[in-house]
Amino acid sequence: MIFKMNILNNIESIRKEFPILNTTVNGNKLIYLDNAATSQTPNCVIESISSYYKNLNSNIHRGVHTLSQIATEKYEDTRKKFSNHFNARSSSEIIFTSGTTHSINLVSSGFTNFLDDKDEIIVSQLEHHSNIVPWQMLCEKTGAKMKVIPMNDKGELDLNAFSNLLSDKTKIVFVNHVSNALGTVNNIQEIIEKSHQVGAAVLIDGAQAVPHFKVDVRKLDVDFYVCSAHKFCGPTGVGILYGKKEWLEKLPAYQGGGEMIDEVTFEKTTYSELPNKFEAGTPNIAGVIASGIALDYINTIGLENIKEYEDYLLNYATEKLLEIDGMKIYGESKNKTSVISFNIGSIHPYDIGSLIDNLGIAVRTGHHCAQPIMDFFKIPGTIRISFCFYNTTEEIDTLINALKKASTMLS
Amino acid sequence: MKIKEIQDQIVEEFDIFDSWMDKYEYLIELGKSVPVIDDINKTDDNIIKGCQSKVWLHAQENDGFVEFSADSDAIITKGIVSLLIRTFSNQRPDDIINASLDFIDKIGLRQHLSPNRANGLNNMIKKIKFYAIAFSKTK
Repeated sequence: MIFKMNILNNIESIRKEFPILNTTVNGNKLIYLDNAATSQTPNCVIESISSYYKNLNSNIHRGVHTLSQIATEKYEDTRKKFSNHFNARSSSEIIFTSGTTHSINLVSSGFTNFLDDKDEIIVSQLEHHSNIVPWQMLCEKTGAKMKVIPMNDKGELDLNAFSNLLSDKTKIVFVNHVSNALGTVNNIQEIIEKSHQVGAAVLIDGAQAVPHFKVDVRKLDVDFYVCSAHKFCGPTGVGILYGKKEWLEKLPAYQGGGEMIDEVTFEKTTYSELPNKFEAGTPNIAGVIASGIALDYINTIGLENIKEYEDYLLNYATEKLLEIDGMKIYGESKNKTSVISFNIGSIHPYDIGSLIDNLGIAVRTGHHCAQPIMDFFKIPGTIRISFCFYNTTEEIDTLINALKKASTMLS
Repeated sequence: MKIKEIQDQIVEEFDIFDSWMDKYEYLIELGKSVPVIDDINKTDDNIIKGCQSKVWLHAQENDGFVEFSADSDAIITKGIVSLLIRTFSNQRPDDIINASLDFIDKIGLRQHLSPNRANGLNNMIKKIKFYAIAFSKTK
């Protein structure tokens, strides 16, 4: 058991919890620096999934038999865990989905009922495509117009410009808490307050925030907050949607099916109460329970410890990267999580990515599903490294040497 | 030289290298010698879909033979394209259509590309074959 601690002093025992970190890639020990895409999975989460199928597999919310009752209890306990973690008013404000994208689509699709061609909705220039495209589809259906909060050269949102975009026509604002491509932590508190002043709802995409620091939805007074379990050491295929009760009650059901009904006749169906109204069909029970174990795991390590250690890695890597000739870092906000996006001279990020993959180093290259950001900087893409609390300064040193070698080969 | 012979030659060249780092170094060298496409042909129509980097491929017929030119903003991609061009340029359309491409697997390149990147490579090969089909029909 790991208690609150200084991660640096316990890094070896933490790393032992992640079996994949012993993998070799192309004959080299894996150095995994693509944590913003997905984080790795500790033994306790892997065991939770395995144990579910070995000991507990059954369908929830419907069986009177023992296994079904225990599985239901574990599933609903997990909802309570997330409700407590995010400080929701009640666990019925937590909906399990298949991921952040699903959560956003659930909300954007529901807003079809609330918008017409006189309305406006606001996005930011820093968004992942998954927080752009569902809303564009909403605009196509309703005729509403989408406005964009611009950003500056450091990759920070211009909140004065945001104020000017807001009006009584604004119905919903959707912004990420942390940019996946640049790591910028946005001042969402101010965005939420200003949006509420004109009566607009706010959805925050917290996929890149929840793994790195504590989020309190009540303190933020946010209307919707969404994230994915696989970004915080959980399994893929599980998303969390927090929604204020009044909003979730107002939103229409997203998918029809079992579990989400109250009574069904061929004439009319009435829907269940929250949260079941939004969880049609058999959910990813094993995944949801394991996501709760992942949440426990990061909370045992401690999000304050995680933040402190990841900031240390971020500063160390930033300093070392800047020693490389031609280094250009994109996203220079003072308020960042452990993501660094960069290019070296005019070398294509794909070329660097291909070469260092040979040396066992996993990074992301390309536009990171955020083409508007790349258009802003007029580049085809970047190399992105993103840290988790199991990464080390030694791994960063190996990366730096690999980058120097690649850069020499490609210049 | 026939397509088959060129491919065998490429496989021989790559056999010299022990590590993929050395093979990449060679690809980078090759990338610098691609018959570069004229700017006028760097059109959106000539961009190959599915590549992480931008790749343009153009073809023209010269006396019954197809000549390819290409460019990419990534040098390793250019190296790969240069091997394709070396294999297929100055060949007759029917020979290109009927050729089976084996050097990519023999030098281990396909295993070395992620599915995304291998998809880009397949699209390059498809485009080369489409050009050959088009020229064979205009004969």
